[in-house]
Amino acid sequence: MATVAAVIASTHHPFYYRASTSTGADRPAFADEWVAKITSFRETLTRANPDVVVLVGSDHFHQIWLDNMPQFLVGKAPFYDANWYNEEREFGLPKMFFTGQENLSAHILRDGLDAGFDLAFSNELRIDHSVTCPMITLRPEADLPIVPIYTNIFAPPLPQPKRYVQLGQMIRDVVESWPSDKRVAIIGTGHLSLELGGPRQFGPHGPDPEFDRKAVDWIASGDIEKALGEVSLESLWEPGNATHGFLDFMLMMGVAGAGEKADYVDSLDLFHTMEAYFTWYPKGGGQA
Amino acid sequence: MSKYLLNKFLYTVDRDPELVERYREDPKGTVEWWEAERANVILNVPGAERSTWLRFDDVERQALAAHDYQKLFELGAHPFLALTLFIAMFERDYTEPLAFQREYAVRLSHFTLPYPDIST
Repeated sequence: MATVAAVIASTHHPFYYRASTSTGADRPAFADEWVAKITSFRETLTRANPDVVVLVGSDHFHQIWLDNMPQFLVGKAPFYDANWYNEEREFGLPKMFFTGQENLSAHILRDGLDAGFDLAFSNELRIDHSVTCPMITLRPEADLPIVPIYTNIFAPPLPQPKRYVQLGQMIRDVVESWPSDKRVAIIGTGHLSLELGGPRQFGPHGPDPEFDRKAVDWIASGDIEKALGEVSLESLWEPGNATHGFLDFMLMMGVAGAGEKADYVDSLDLFHTMEAYFTWYPKGGGQA
Repeated sequence: MSKYLLNKFLYTVDRDPELVERYREDPKGTVEWWEAERANVILNVPGAERSTWLRFDDVERQALAAHDYQKLFELGAHPFLALTLFIAMFERDYTEPLAFQREYAVRLSHFTLPYPDIST
């Protein structure tokens, strides 16, 4: 059976690519510290020596639209083009191209459906920065086959938070039952407190530093129970109007497992939103 | 009231570089053209099988025609869609990085929680 080599949860800041590649007067003051943190975070994936990457994120109204909105969707394609005109326009993101691990997609769909998740699928999916940002930060060579999984954190009505946790638990179980000798990294990205298109956007730090501090503690300690006790679909509006992206962090807590402390935790207080980086090495999976 | 149709306008304009420029330069004309020609086109469906029932009300049409993102926020247009498109149109007019985004926040500062419902 396949081995889960690493579980990684991260924010996906679309400005990292531009900040890290800019030079001279264009290079922001925070870029060097950010690059140093990302370089250290990248090493946590490299040392897990993965063969395949499952990427959990959320389409930002690129291919997925309100006339046909899946809650959870698995990409099942041999290849994926990546990044969109408006991401190049606003963030300077490059066009990218990935190979798909199509038999793992098929396995996740079959076993996920049989486990009670009515997963949507896509055979032609152009993926966006929610799943390309972690490849830019963690695997800039983009040389590993992927399975993208999209969740709806964007267009209400959303599933309840516990459902994201359960989906994460299912993904972990199903990857571990994949009949393969591959080493799989499961990487998911979300947000801490975040405001987009509202009065609290683009402040000197995230809109709710207290939420961010609590959220980092929940994730780092694997405290799913506490997170579920304090977070609801209604409460997530309070830390910032885009904070439902935290549901993807909750999904990744489900992947990592209840009570599982992260082996690597880091954060960076940036303008607009806090960055946060977590890596777990499941027992027998990581290469210390 | 159709939050869905407001969002559909923002979404379909934002993803088309020519429409972004056209909406920047001629908001009223672009909104009128879009409502007549595009509002009822179901994406990924041939034009002959278009819808028959989608139209803006006067308040929505006026908000779009005036580039009035405060009103769009009040009407429950999706804040991410509005922000992305308005950055594309107007960030270029500001010299300081993020100056447009910060002004946008200030101009929405009279809104307090709970924000207008964005459910569609």
